[in-house]
Amino acid sequence: MNTAEQLEKFIDIMARFTVYTGKYLPDDVYAKLQDLREKEDAALATIVYDAMFEDLRLAHELDRPLCQDTGVIQYFVQVGSRFPLLDHIENALVEAVKKATRLGPLRHNAVEVFEEKNTGNNVGKRIPWIDWELVPDSDEATIYVYMAGGGCSLPGIARVLMPLEGYEGVVKLVFDQVTSYGINACPPLLIGIGIAGSVEVAAKLSKKALLRPIGSQNSNPRGAELEALIEAGLNAIKIGPGGLGGENSVMGVHIEEAARHPATIAAALSTGCWAHRRGVIKIKADMEYQIISHQGVVL
Amino acid sequence: MKSKILTTPISNEDLETLTIGDIVYLTGYLITSRDDVHQRLIKQHKPLPIDLAGRAIFHAGPIMQEIEGQPGKYRVISIGPTTSMRMEKYQKEFIRQTGLKLIVGKGGMGPDTAGACREYKAIHAVFPGGCAVLAANCVEEVEKVEWLDLGMPEAMWVMRVREFGPLIVSIDTSGNNLFENNKKAFNIKKDELVEEICRHVDYLQ
Repeated sequence: MNTAEQLEKFIDIMARFTVYTGKYLPDDVYAKLQDLREKEDAALATIVYDAMFEDLRLAHELDRPLCQDTGVIQYFVQVGSRFPLLDHIENALVEAVKKATRLGPLRHNAVEVFEEKNTGNNVGKRIPWIDWELVPDSDEATIYVYMAGGGCSLPGIARVLMPLEGYEGVVKLVFDQVTSYGINACPPLLIGIGIAGSVEVAAKLSKKALLRPIGSQNSNPRGAELEALIEAGLNAIKIGPGGLGGENSVMGVHIEEAARHPATIAAALSTGCWAHRRGVIKIKADMEYQIISHQGVVL
Repeated sequence: MKSKILTTPISNEDLETLTIGDIVYLTGYLITSRDDVHQRLIKQHKPLPIDLAGRAIFHAGPIMQEIEGQPGKYRVISIGPTTSMRMEKYQKEFIRQTGLKLIVGKGGMGPDTAGACREYKAIHAVFPGGCAVLAANCVEEVEKVEWLDLGMPEAMWVMRVREFGPLIVSIDTSGNNLFENNKKAFNIKKDELVEEICRHVDYLQ
């Protein structure tokens, strides 16, 4: 395959995988929702879980995006330094989004700032948003597709705390935000928390925390402990599916951190809704691919 | 918990027996109206292109697809509710000016909307969030679209729906507010839980 052929294949794979991500939940999220559903017997919680699973069934049967809000598309790219299309990924992902918007069809969600016009194709200034991680000595690319609806982006917050507010300050920030804005953000939520020295690092890490599989733990024992404490605490509030009350509140709590400045503790929160559309695909140098988030799926 | 079908045009009497937590289904006209529609009417004083009296609005931005060979005719692909709280700023005045009877959305709304529901006899009800194909399946026809210059999510899509639901009544005509009640209960628990967790996270040296 020459470069042009590789590029065509890459765009096609990423367009179709983006569309797929909007129609099917990843395996871990689906399993967690089943688990949470089984624990509910309150009337309203049961009605909401029944609606959710019926929606997933219909999305599959009718081949449609399971939620109308297919988000402003974000890609988190972990690309090998020897991946043959390294120079072309950015443009290729722009083309993939345009194609996915037609194929999906996806909702038009890119509104240019200042002009205040919807571009109509999900491509706009710096959008799709691409986050880069360069992997040394590799010729593969692992790409995360994430579709966050507006509803679950609204609770997002980042603040720089003074160190003496301590980790207690982080806990308070998360609980205050989840019990106010989180209720409307289609719970059960996935909670992403970033802790760092400045606001943009914390915010980015809070989003990356949402990319981790449900059930995974922070690599630091204290981090894992804090995740478990916050998860148990949020669940004890019993926000329930749709904020209507129930046995649980969240699908999980994930924390990611970077070393901080001695004089700051920056904390950020990102939330994922129950319809957490996160896809992970690995593409090899020969453009063969493997879908990691949805086992056994071929596009 | 009662369950009933509301048909447009909806009368005050249809709504007055409903209380928060009841389940209703809608048959008749449902018209999407979200941020930009609210701001055009209330802030910019542009007259609405559609009469909403006795009808239902949907806080929603759908995926619509133009039907091949029928320019200007659309079918709905996916249409779930959006966060209703965003419309709180203008909802009270919007209810007063339009005479709408049912707001369908997601999550709670605030005291101004609850006050308007009591004063003008309207209700707010939630469709389960994210369940957009389920909702699309209750739409019989997209009759027309107005203000499409606002883009697909913000335009006013006029739909005929049949037994559209389940809709959970979250604000009733007495001004009772299910989500505000829930929030109070959540916040009481929150304070105790945060205090307990904070006993375990004194990681500073």
